[in-house]
Amino acid sequence: MSESPPAAAKVDPVAAHISADWQYDSPLISCRFDPQGRFIFSTAENNRVQRWNLADGKATALEGHESWPWTIGFSPDGETTYTSGADGRLIFWPTAADAPKPLRAIDAHHGWARCLAVSPDGKLIATGGNDRRVKLWNAADGALVHELVKHEVPVYSVLFHPAANCLLSGDLRGNVHQWGLEKGEWQRSFDAKKLYTENKGQNAEYGGVRTMAISADGKSFACGGTFNASNPFGAVCEPLALRFEWESQKIVQSHIAKDLKGPLWRVVFHPDGFLIGICGGSGAKHILFWKADQEGDFHRFDVVALPRDMDLDPRGMRLASAHYDRHLRITTLAAKAT
Amino acid sequence: MMKTRNVCGSSDHAMARRQFLGGVASGMVVGGLGLLTRPAFSAQLSKDQKRVIVVNMLGGLSQLESWDPKPGTATGGPFRAISTSVPGIHIGELLPQTAQQMHHLALVRAVNTHEDDHSKGSYLMATGRRQTPATDYPELGAVCSKALSPESLSLPGHIKITPGGGGGRGNDSAYLGPKFASVRLGNGNPPQNSTRPNDIAAAADEARQVFRRQVNSQFSLHRRTAMTDAYTQTYEQALSLMESRDVFDIAKEPEKDRDRYGQHDFGRHCLLARRLLENGIPFVQVAHSNYDTHSENFDFHLEQLGEFDQGFACLVADLAERGMLDSTLIVVLSEFGRSPHINQYYGRDHWSAAWSVCLGGAGIHRGAVYGKTNEDGTKIVDGQVDHGNLFHTYLRALGLDSTASFEVGGRQLPMADPMSSPIKELLT
Repeated sequence: MSESPPAAAKVDPVAAHISADWQYDSPLISCRFDPQGRFIFSTAENNRVQRWNLADGKATALEGHESWPWTIGFSPDGETTYTSGADGRLIFWPTAADAPKPLRAIDAHHGWARCLAVSPDGKLIATGGNDRRVKLWNAADGALVHELVKHEVPVYSVLFHPAANCLLSGDLRGNVHQWGLEKGEWQRSFDAKKLYTENKGQNAEYGGVRTMAISADGKSFACGGTFNASNPFGAVCEPLALRFEWESQKIVQSHIAKDLKGPLWRVVFHPDGFLIGICGGSGAKHILFWKADQEGDFHRFDVVALPRDMDLDPRGMRLASAHYDRHLRITTLAAKAT
Repeated sequence: MMKTRNVCGSSDHAMARRQFLGGVASGMVVGGLGLLTRPAFSAQLSKDQKRVIVVNMLGGLSQLESWDPKPGTATGGPFRAISTSVPGIHIGELLPQTAQQMHHLALVRAVNTHEDDHSKGSYLMATGRRQTPATDYPELGAVCSKALSPESLSLPGHIKITPGGGGGRGNDSAYLGPKFASVRLGNGNPPQNSTRPNDIAAAADEARQVFRRQVNSQFSLHRRTAMTDAYTQTYEQALSLMESRDVFDIAKEPEKDRDRYGQHDFGRHCLLARRLLENGIPFVQVAHSNYDTHSENFDFHLEQLGEFDQGFACLVADLAERGMLDSTLIVVLSEFGRSPHINQYYGRDHWSAAWSVCLGGAGIHRGAVYGKTNEDGTKIVDGQVDHGNLFHTYLRALGLDSTASFEVGGRQLPMADPMSSPIKELLT
């Protein structure tokens, strides 16, 4: 089972330690805590979604995707789970049902539906696909609300701003577009092209906005991915997180991780203000912690095996990580209970 | 071609030097080597105008993302399979346009080449034989150029369209001599040095050619050798190529075709290949880079196969529509396939134990599938073949006797590995 930190426990990244380690039977792809903190959901290369009970580590399979599920989201109350996958589908699930079956399945994109996000009020779901489209869906009935067309390459990530009534979408080439929710109109773009590499020798475009996050106060916006990709086909690249000032759109910090090789798969802002990233690649298997005024990480934590995704629990005390070695690991950001 | 007795006994050394010089001037040399032991073949095939288009998927195309998908298995990856124009045949979802041309194509799903090294794999797929220190073998393009080029062909018979820049001649004809070595069109550009220098006026150029021919003629009356013949023909064929330079210019093709094939390098190269084949060039190879996807195999195949699908499907459809399919052999190959095992970087590694090659057109049973792999693509369960079998099959599909030999310097050198044989089930 997973150790549950005491309510009075103090967040301390330097004291991070693995508090649970659960094995599955297929390499994992992604993971998310549900908003009520009851479960962790993960996806795997066997086309299934898993629901892990945090109390006892018991896993329940959710079957409905016909290919790899890529991403997971939740309604704000946590009662509905959303997943999207390489079959192009967006599926709604009852989060806590004994044996969850799809409530609704939408053919959302031509090709992969590779990212999703849920609006802060829970009324809209955004998906992005290899078909270069961003789509907004009505969470109540699954109807298409807006189709947003501006990206010229696959869309890698989507994110709602917590307060500004807008959506962000990031793509392979490092373009981040901001869209209004009422009319679905383009409003402005952020330049995150440092996360993009065009390798003409290999005829490859690589990198992209793999992950986005906005601070709780809405003033900082971060994009994560790779840079210095000297050999994309050989996984030779370095992690990079760009921190923007939301209003001015200026890059105020470029967070790196010296001597680590590999993409940054996800970044999240901790409520205490520091940025957390997870890096898994040819020379990295680490959770990284950055302060706003420092380029380099102030702490890094080795998560044993190569990770592919990470999530922060609603209390800000635990990180879940999905691993290629078929393990789901939970890292507690506090000293071990004595 | 007139055979000339060589002063030194062999023209190979002279040819090698000319080859080293690079460019057009070195390219049109007549080899002065032996002919096919059955010259009737060559004459007949010249009349039939058989041609070959090879698409070389550099780096190692994943058979699981293309010709032999295994969706829903631990090795299948995230892409699905789609139906094709041939009932019962499914290929990867990244090839929707190619799927509609499947009735012109055939798949070999049981290739085992026992070679996971890039350069060794490339060599054996190009020559049909394993590389040895003892003998260098000519590539398929050189063999086809020698066997299929009409006597009247003034253009090079062996052309490789490569990504990126560069050009010049390839070192790929071995004992067949430099006449049959490839002319490389870097990024689809015309052969290097194939325009008259700006500072030489047309009249001056013509005058110097007249003078050269006059001097050559006088010289050859008493001191003619293979080398002098080679020099003379080098110049004449280079001039001929310069006059035919438009053959290499796809700007002459309709704009709608350029859009159909795709506004990317591979699309332009496929359109150029069509133009070259239509102009009677017997062997054209287009290379597409790059498939060596040890990391993020799926995203890179999404990028690369999107380009391939558009250009290749247009080319196949056009060859069929223009009545060229019966005379044009289509081959899509690579140096090897990619591993069924998906590594921790979402990549696939080198894999030669069970992979696929696509054929089509001349002499091939269209809409056929030969060989089979197991459920997760890790083993061949039926019809295992290798590079030698494929090489024999290419030659036989073109109407050549793949057991015939070249005579070079008095030696009989088999066109294909005598220990191997064609895949008869694929041949019409």
